[in-house]
Amino acid sequence: MKNVEKSKNPPKKMKFGKSVKRFWPFYVMLAPGIIYLIINNYIPMLGLVIAFKKIDYRLGILKSPWVGLSNFEYLFKTSDAWVITRNTIGYNLIFIALGTVVAITVAILLNEIKGIRNKETYQTLVLIPYLISTVVVSYLVYAFLSTDSGFINNSILANLGVDTISWYTEKKYWPVILVIVYLWKSFGYSSIIYYATVIGIDGSLYEAAVVDGANRWHKIKDIILPSLKGTIITLTLMSVGRIFYSDFGLFYQVPMNSGPLLDVTNTIDTYVYRGLLQLNDVGRASAAGFYQSMVGFIVVLAANLLVRKIDKENALF
Amino acid sequence: MVDNNKAFHITINTLLIILSLGCLLPFILLLMSSFTEESVLVREGYSFIPRGFSLAAYKYIFSSSGKILRGYGVTILITVVGTALSIFLTLLMAYPLSRKELPGKNIISFFIFFTMLFNGGLVPSYMMWSGTFQIKDTIWALLVPGLLMNAFYVIMMRSYFSTNIPDVLVEAARIDGANEFKILFSVVLPMAVPMIATLALLIGLGYWNDWQNGLYYITSRTELYSIQNILNRMLQDAQFLTSGQAGSNAAELAKNLPSVGIKMAVAVVAILPIMVIYPSMQKYLVKGITIGAVKG
Repeated sequence: MKNVEKSKNPPKKMKFGKSVKRFWPFYVMLAPGIIYLIINNYIPMLGLVIAFKKIDYRLGILKSPWVGLSNFEYLFKTSDAWVITRNTIGYNLIFIALGTVVAITVAILLNEIKGIRNKETYQTLVLIPYLISTVVVSYLVYAFLSTDSGFINNSILANLGVDTISWYTEKKYWPVILVIVYLWKSFGYSSIIYYATVIGIDGSLYEAAVVDGANRWHKIKDIILPSLKGTIITLTLMSVGRIFYSDFGLFYQVPMNSGPLLDVTNTIDTYVYRGLLQLNDVGRASAAGFYQSMVGFIVVLAANLLVRKIDKENALF
Repeated sequence: MVDNNKAFHITINTLLIILSLGCLLPFILLLMSSFTEESVLVREGYSFIPRGFSLAAYKYIFSSSGKILRGYGVTILITVVGTALSIFLTLLMAYPLSRKELPGKNIISFFIFFTMLFNGGLVPSYMMWSGTFQIKDTIWALLVPGLLMNAFYVIMMRSYFSTNIPDVLVEAARIDGANEFKILFSVVLPMAVPMIATLALLIGLGYWNDWQNGLYYITSRTELYSIQNILNRMLQDAQFLTSGQAGSNAAELAKNLPSVGIKMAVAVVAILPIMVIYPSMQKYLVKGITIGAVKG
């Protein structure tokens, strides 16, 4: 066998030489992007080891001493780990459930509208919130909720004769506020995705249904919803894969980093940011970051595996 | 049946009108507030139908404060340069990967795809960019970390090339003696304009709206703040002041703090270009969103 391989080698080498000559421009093209990904993505992956070190900025990352699991002990000893995990996963589950229902409803409504102009106008309008930064979203929320000059306190509660509310210090309202803000910003985007699937449905299916005497409700239940199955699975899988991640801006900027609200607004991402850049607690921040990366990765793989079992063609990989 | 139909269409139109209004009303509140006299704002708060019209907030932005115009300049600069660089890198990456015959194509594709599944998170990234690359308080901080290349966009562009650029054309150009760079920029690129426009819109939106890089990396040279960072800072200062943590600095802070109306005017200025460009680009945006989801 070895001899056979050896005798095969020379022509292969020639082929290799030829392919280098032919393909080198492609590798030159790929180089800048690959270098960027190595720096921007792969080096930080290796950098996750700092969760096992006590970072001393004077010594640098490599020379800082190893401390085993003590950063993790430190993180999981407090209630922080539980609170940020609960908030991150809890909000994401609500976002996924309500977001999907709202998006599908809007997609079906858009499909029922007569006239291309109308459809386009509505599509244009519902996408507007998706276009703006979270910072601007926090201004919009502030215009409504500001204690001194907010619209709700000044124009609604005052006129009703109800006591004004100090929105940015009362944590009981924030789970609802955050869900509303999230839905407001994202429903247009996901509706458009579902709508694209709905308009792709073969028209003859509807005609056949009408002949069979189906009404609108049957049309939705028996034709539209089953056709959306693939899209629902794909989008839900993508969201579930990100269940350990949160929109930093939504949980940090929209509640204006307000201390009294932390119990219901602190997620893994805001916790890592505060630990790293505000509290100078790199140990706990890096432990929480490591926890997020690892569990996040496992969740993506698990979600994909699950979908591959149920419905292979909708799996991501 | 006809009546039933009419009622049905009135109902769904009403629902969609309510939803659309829900999307728009916060912006109207913002806009109205920015045109309201300061004294009215202080007395009655932000309102949809303000009682005193004033352009003072905008006059302040465009005359007395160079800071905000500067931030606007920074935002325009990073958006234009960042989008151009990013598109360039994406094209260079997507074209070779769309060639079926390229050896090692699958490994490189996986190398790109894997960045979508696993990442190191903020702590190591921050330490690398600020420590090794000394990016803090430079304009690079707003351009490079995270935003310069998106694996997902590379995959979208590659799929577009694979399905929309006929191999025959590329082969023909090659036989004519064109090198691969020439083929990419004079044969492939002109045919990919719709996809490039779509991605440029998404990438440009990302740069225009980014405030996190500024929050992490711009700490002392505030003249490098983008318009988003200025907005972010204004709200933080206001919150700091009302929370009572400012202590003896309160008076100093309050003096420099833009008034109630100006805050809203800066926010209006920050979203204005998006709102102006959006209607003409809406088609590309919708395309980008739907292709992205399907190809995902």
